[in-house]
Amino acid sequence: MPPPEASSVANATTVETPSDFAPEDRSAEPDAARQAAGSTAASFVCPTPLPTKGRIVLGHGSGGRLSAELLQEIFLPLFSNPILNRLDDQAVLEIGGTRLAFTTDSFVVKPLFFPGGDIGSLAVHGTVNDLAMGGARPLFLSAGFILEEGLDTGVLRRVAASMAKAAADAGVSIVTGDTKVVEKGKGDGLFINTTGIGVVPDGVTLSASRVRPGDRVILSGSIGDHGIAILAQREGLEFETELMSDSASLHTLVAAMLEVSSHMPSGVSQGIRCLRDPTRGGVSSALNEIAGQSRVGIEIEEARIPVRDAVRGACEMLGLDPLYVANEGKLLAIVSPELAEAMVEAMRWHPLGAQAQIIGTAHEMHPGMVTMRTVFGSTRIVDMLAGDQLPRIC
Amino acid sequence: MKYVDEYRDPQIAQAVAAEIARKVTRPWVLMEVCGGQTHTLMRYGIDELLPKEVELVHGPGCPVCVTPIEMVDRAIRMASMRQVIFVSYGDMLRVPGSHSDLFQAKADGADVRIAYSPMDAVRIARANPDRQVVFFGVGFETTAPANAMAVWQAKRERLSNFSMLVSHVLVPPAMRLILGSPSNRVQGFIAPGHVCTVMGYSEYAGLVKEFHVPMVVGGFEPLDLLEAIFMLVSQLEEGRAEVENQYARSVNYEGNLAAQRLLLEVFEVSGRKWRGIGEIADSGFRLRPEYQAFDAEYVFDLEDVTAEEPAECVSALVLQGLLKPVDCPEFGRRCTPVAPLGAPMVSAEGACAAYYQYRRHARPQTDGLATMSNAPA
Repeated sequence: MPPPEASSVANATTVETPSDFAPEDRSAEPDAARQAAGSTAASFVCPTPLPTKGRIVLGHGSGGRLSAELLQEIFLPLFSNPILNRLDDQAVLEIGGTRLAFTTDSFVVKPLFFPGGDIGSLAVHGTVNDLAMGGARPLFLSAGFILEEGLDTGVLRRVAASMAKAAADAGVSIVTGDTKVVEKGKGDGLFINTTGIGVVPDGVTLSASRVRPGDRVILSGSIGDHGIAILAQREGLEFETELMSDSASLHTLVAAMLEVSSHMPSGVSQGIRCLRDPTRGGVSSALNEIAGQSRVGIEIEEARIPVRDAVRGACEMLGLDPLYVANEGKLLAIVSPELAEAMVEAMRWHPLGAQAQIIGTAHEMHPGMVTMRTVFGSTRIVDMLAGDQLPRIC
Repeated sequence: MKYVDEYRDPQIAQAVAAEIARKVTRPWVLMEVCGGQTHTLMRYGIDELLPKEVELVHGPGCPVCVTPIEMVDRAIRMASMRQVIFVSYGDMLRVPGSHSDLFQAKADGADVRIAYSPMDAVRIARANPDRQVVFFGVGFETTAPANAMAVWQAKRERLSNFSMLVSHVLVPPAMRLILGSPSNRVQGFIAPGHVCTVMGYSEYAGLVKEFHVPMVVGGFEPLDLLEAIFMLVSQLEEGRAEVENQYARSVNYEGNLAAQRLLLEVFEVSGRKWRGIGEIADSGFRLRPEYQAFDAEYVFDLEDVTAEEPAECVSALVLQGLLKPVDCPEFGRRCTPVAPLGAPMVSAEGACAAYYQYRRHARPQTDGLATMSNAPA
């Protein structure tokens, strides 16, 4: 049964925290519900409002609602400026007539080495991809290392070699850097920060706030590979098929996509509205952010979202939803409806887009919300998670 | 994927839903007992496929939701001790206690670790002989055998630094409570398939006879649930009240006898508090006296950590199927997964979280999306 109309959620997408617990107008509350409970409004006292504020918990780093809350409540009010406030994966700066994309990312992955990559290649791919999602051609990277006392220099050498190879493959140079060492126990072996600069071609303006009703959502390939590969490696979970991270630099795929778009009569930016790489928080978080920033609803189709069998199997066992699992070599593109088919065609010629699919559409209903048409034909919400996805008990 | 896709076939689902619609002649209220079943119903929108006569209400079978608040407080107390490594299934970490949760305790410096099996905790104990390792043994009959195995193994190895905070509950006493309540609305049960995989379904026959209420042991995939609903509606329409087994690929009458032997070796039946419901006689497990040395409550002397929750908390009514989550005035307002007021909003299996996660949209502005509700006529 659909839930009764009476008790509608007025502000479903707002983050509610204890500080918002001001007395509110309760006149709209469902009397029927109260009577059904055989009680009065006063007795609807649930236990223990929790202090979600005051301390950082791991969920603040999950890319979900808690991360967004940190941004909204601490950083944005203090750092606010028009470039930052766009909240895209990269800042686009105009300097001397050239538009530069500028971004930074920190990498704290454990284990340092995993099937399909390592912290070094990931640190290059991650920042290259954040530049590419702005349509930029990546050029230069910085690398900051935080090393824990006692780290084997052989490990550091392997990681650095992997970074060098990933950078060379992506055609970027690591041009500046920094090294710090913290006492044993104060770090987790090795953390890396990379910052990147790239040039945004003329006519390209991609932003999560440019999506319009009718636009199509394209996904470049199967989801969940990176997150599940890391989880399996970290927790010593073994499956028959080896799980591999999809970590890869996406800028050549993006270049091919921009090329298709540039043949549009209306110009590049009219074709591709926005690109996102669904890293932590997965496809769900990326789409929720886009829906929120563009004030559109997004509906995706479950049957069209590719998930590898090994990833699906692992998710089934652990009670995880692949829509929330991290990817490091996939992108979401929101494109105008006229361009969608041609774009998918073009993406499939590229090895990193071979499984590209249109997975959904933006629309005017319930702005800010992502929904999914299930294989059963019913519709459900694809919510942004509060914190990390937790494996279920049974 | 094998053993999954064949139970999620949309065409067959539509066909079964149509059969249910053909069979039904008047309104029936059915309860799925297990939170895993609630999750599937919401995730796939099974309730939207059903004729309007069939109302589903959601039962108490979410281990996270019914673990009493004082157990969470005790867990946090122990986890905060310097010598303790506290090991738990993941979704217990966000369950609110009186003042905090295990994630906050971890942020405050407690050594809290997520495990996928209680045997992981035994391994951690072996590897850290100078620390006390406590495992949070929660859940229904489903998780009990693995937890029993961990304690049994620890005793066999004479591990002196492993103990378990036991908060195990049993399904049949909770069903009895619901059926015996004067306000009960439930006319048929989908019995929990995984609990019955362990325990069999002989113990449900008594309830069926006493209350003349049909029960069907059901699985967790969409087609399992639709078939179980069809079987229940058939019994109700034909005036029968029997125990039937839809989940035959996993469940048999006796259950897993080896698991049951181990359970009885390590645990004994005892009274338990249920969050939101209160004390229910003979409704859970505690460790037998021979295993006292592995009982965290004995090892750490936590008797003084007690907490009462308001008896009128609405989650009790939700857990007994008397209210839908959306009937609570705080649902989606003060109570969200970010700031859960009660446990059913925490776990993916909790009825409130399942509604919040999958269904908020079905209400205000979206006429178009609710059109499936009476679809298969």
